[in-house]
Amino acid sequence: MTDEKILTRNFHRQDSHTLDGYRATGGYQAWPKAQAMEPAAIVEDVKASNLRGLGGAGFPTGTKWSFIPKTHTGPVYLVINADEGEPGTFKDRYLLERDPHALIEGMLIAARAIRCATGFVYIRGEYVEPWRRFSAAVREAYAAGYLGKGFDIVVHRGAGAYICGEETGLISSLEGKKGWPKLKPPFPAIKGAFGAPTIVNNVETICHVPHIISRGAAWFAGLGTKTQGGTRMYSVSGRVARPGLYEESVAVTLRQLIYERAGGVTGNGRLKAVVPGGSSAAILTAAEIDVTMDVDGLKNAGTMAGSAGIIVMDETVSIPEALMVVARFYAHESCGQCTPCRESTGWIYKMTHRIVEGRGRRADLDTILDVARRGAGTTICAFYDGAVGPYISYIEKFRSEFEALTDGAAATPSRREAVSHA
Amino acid sequence: MPRLTVNGQQVEVPAETNLIEAARKAGVEVPHYCYHPGLSIAGQCRLCMVDIEKAPRPTIACNTIATEGMVVLTETDRVRETRKSIMEFHLINHPLDCPVCDQAGECWLQIYYMKHGLYDPRMRDEKVHKPKAVPLGPHVMLDAERCILCSRCVRFCDEITATGELGIFERGDHSEIGLFPGRALENPYSGNVVDICPVGALTDRDFRFQVRVWYLDSAKSVCPGCARGCNIDVHVNRRRPHHAEGRRVARLKPRYNGSVNRWWLCDAGRYGFTFVDDKDRLLAPTRREGETVSDATWDEAIAALAAALRRSPPDEIGIIASPKMANEDLFAVRRLLDNRALRRVAFRVPPRVAGDQDNFLIRADKNPNSLGAELVGLGGDSRAVLEAARAHRLRCLMIFGHDLLASEWPAAEVREALGAVETVVFVGANANATSAAAHWVLPAAAWVERDGTYTNFEGRVQRFRQATEPIGQALAEWEIVGRLLAALGDESTATRAEHWFRQLVAAVPAFAGLSYQALGDGGRLLAGAVKA
Repeated sequence: MTDEKILTRNFHRQDSHTLDGYRATGGYQAWPKAQAMEPAAIVEDVKASNLRGLGGAGFPTGTKWSFIPKTHTGPVYLVINADEGEPGTFKDRYLLERDPHALIEGMLIAARAIRCATGFVYIRGEYVEPWRRFSAAVREAYAAGYLGKGFDIVVHRGAGAYICGEETGLISSLEGKKGWPKLKPPFPAIKGAFGAPTIVNNVETICHVPHIISRGAAWFAGLGTKTQGGTRMYSVSGRVARPGLYEESVAVTLRQLIYERAGGVTGNGRLKAVVPGGSSAAILTAAEIDVTMDVDGLKNAGTMAGSAGIIVMDETVSIPEALMVVARFYAHESCGQCTPCRESTGWIYKMTHRIVEGRGRRADLDTILDVARRGAGTTICAFYDGAVGPYISYIEKFRSEFEALTDGAAATPSRREAVSHA
Repeated sequence: MPRLTVNGQQVEVPAETNLIEAARKAGVEVPHYCYHPGLSIAGQCRLCMVDIEKAPRPTIACNTIATEGMVVLTETDRVRETRKSIMEFHLINHPLDCPVCDQAGECWLQIYYMKHGLYDPRMRDEKVHKPKAVPLGPHVMLDAERCILCSRCVRFCDEITATGELGIFERGDHSEIGLFPGRALENPYSGNVVDICPVGALTDRDFRFQVRVWYLDSAKSVCPGCARGCNIDVHVNRRRPHHAEGRRVARLKPRYNGSVNRWWLCDAGRYGFTFVDDKDRLLAPTRREGETVSDATWDEAIAALAAALRRSPPDEIGIIASPKMANEDLFAVRRLLDNRALRRVAFRVPPRVAGDQDNFLIRADKNPNSLGAELVGLGGDSRAVLEAARAHRLRCLMIFGHDLLASEWPAAEVREALGAVETVVFVGANANATSAAAHWVLPAAAWVERDGTYTNFEGRVQRFRQATEPIGQALAEWEIVGRLLAALGDESTATRAEHWFRQLVAAVPAFAGLSYQALGDGGRLLAGAVKA
């Protein structure tokens, strides 16, 4: 455990987004060091650091890099996923806005590790200011000679689809196609963007890389748990006194984050439930918050670290209504490619909506659970599995709250609008 | 050649074979919607799930390549449950309008629901509504509500015709097939999307609402529209003659032939059969004296024709056969030539407009049997035959099918030629300007009304089979010529198309070794034929 800030250490500086500001605080020191290292040694360092992907899946970063075929001779691409779209998550936008050079330096090092000459940064379309800041930083880095000498960065803006944050949906979109996830195999490391081996990493993940090179894998690994090194940025929202972005060790507990960092629960002051890792993570009850926030800690608790978007709900929050909102999101964002996801996200939203409106049946709850379980694991990408997280956990953990609304029981009038298919 | 086990049965398949095809080889059908062997793998319907030993959960068979020692199970409990779930997902927003849907009876939602679904429907909410009865082009109608978004039609237009008219628009359960702005589905192969659509989303504007598919009978045939000879099934409506205003041929569907057309058929061929039930079909032999046209019996017609041939010196008899005739017909004509020692024969008549051709299926030669006519020995200068007639050097001219007045030749010259011949005989299925000028008109059966073979431009001899009865008194050309031969004293004429084919094989070396049995459903290349 550490209280040291790594990713956010410069966020307080007015000039943190500039090249001068970055260099004044030790920036671009890791890159010369990495240049003196063999690519394989960089990969080994990152493996040893226990850095895990911070976009959602938590896959070990060094291991992912090692999947690039050793014998490959053509181009290899590094793609940075800055399409931050997981509800409850707002970390990457701050990294792009306030420390864009950290991403550029991390990309330089990662590119060397995978022998890549071109990197793409896919920025969520709504992120206008992060895009401006990052693009300005790229121009500075070209002017200063960090870029353009064996490594180039292409900045690409998305057009507002959650699915384009999925690794292969992002690649499809980057290629100019509809942002549909791709069939695996082949995996991106074998055949990704434009048919070339491709590594897709999250912004925050790559921002850690310069520090690992500068300060060593052992130092980084020591910041976290046995299976995950370092710190990460927690986006805390909902009914807390101080919602915001908190950088902490991955070994911090959910309770510490809510009560010590975010100032405790507001609303009626009593915690009802927390979503620990973005909307796709299974919900936790107030009794389940003594868990560490690392990938395995939350996995063992039956949920996931995901993108570390923490959504806090006090007792006045209606869980059925919260599920309806989440279900509407997944129905709206399903790309429509695979039948189970395309059809059942809409269906489940209609059922949750009906329940909230007081027109639900108790049997609907079992139908939702059954439909969710049957569809899980049957699709091309993890989108539907992400939707299943809330479908099942909200109902299983708060079933009585749902039942109180069904079969003609007195319904709370919803604040939501009528079902709209516009 | 990896060997694998499918439901306990060993099977060996070529490298890179996916599990749907591997299972097929083992006689096991893996249900699927989006997979089509002629298109890229989409993997999006998720129906083709199978269990693979040691895999944690069912996997889609379409995107899984068979490997050595793989153990595949298609009927485990969890595979069946998964299939059932996927069927439910496919159907929750489907309108279930089978009673008014043209696809009913050949719909894979119906078939797979009965085979793999059979769940109690749980969907009680309002279904998603989408556009219905949207014409996509001249031949295809879209009902977006029935669509299961398998993307076969999109991939067809992207990968086979490379015309890219179609896309999937919107997202989630609002996704729908549609045309890109300013486009229409009017490529020369558009009808194929109806064939590959597994449901009632894309229907054929020509066929829809004509007749229920379960009233159709089918015969294996060959398209007569050009020299490619695409394999087809002829679907005929014999059981509900009061439907479709008496139209007997309901539709043509491509029939797979890996050496000719694979799964496809061009629109010109697909919709080119209307002459079969056209009002201008010739129904009985007729004789014209001056302006008076009267029906005759076949006996009268054959006797009159035999008399005309007998009284004319061989040099004053001309025959213009047709590359639209079957090999059997052409060989009967050849026998007539031999019987009467005739020399003025030809079969090619140049069209007024040259045919279009592409580098896929469509051939410029719009005749199904030009090569067959050539090999049978009917090649000659048809213009010379016409000129002989014009020069009053012919007393009898037999024309098979052609409308010489619609050819490249000046109509005035053709008219002059026809007027200079004592006996002009027209043999064909449909009336035309040339038949109107003939003294005798003999009705021929259309290709769907009889058996026969065509030789395509590559030298592939292919059978077509009778799908329906000849209209009126029409007879196959081989039979007409055969009767004529009998009247002329030739005792060896045959009584079935197959008999003529045997005689052809015996007489023409290029056809050596062939028989109807050997031709089978896919045809056979002539010995010495070089695949183009």
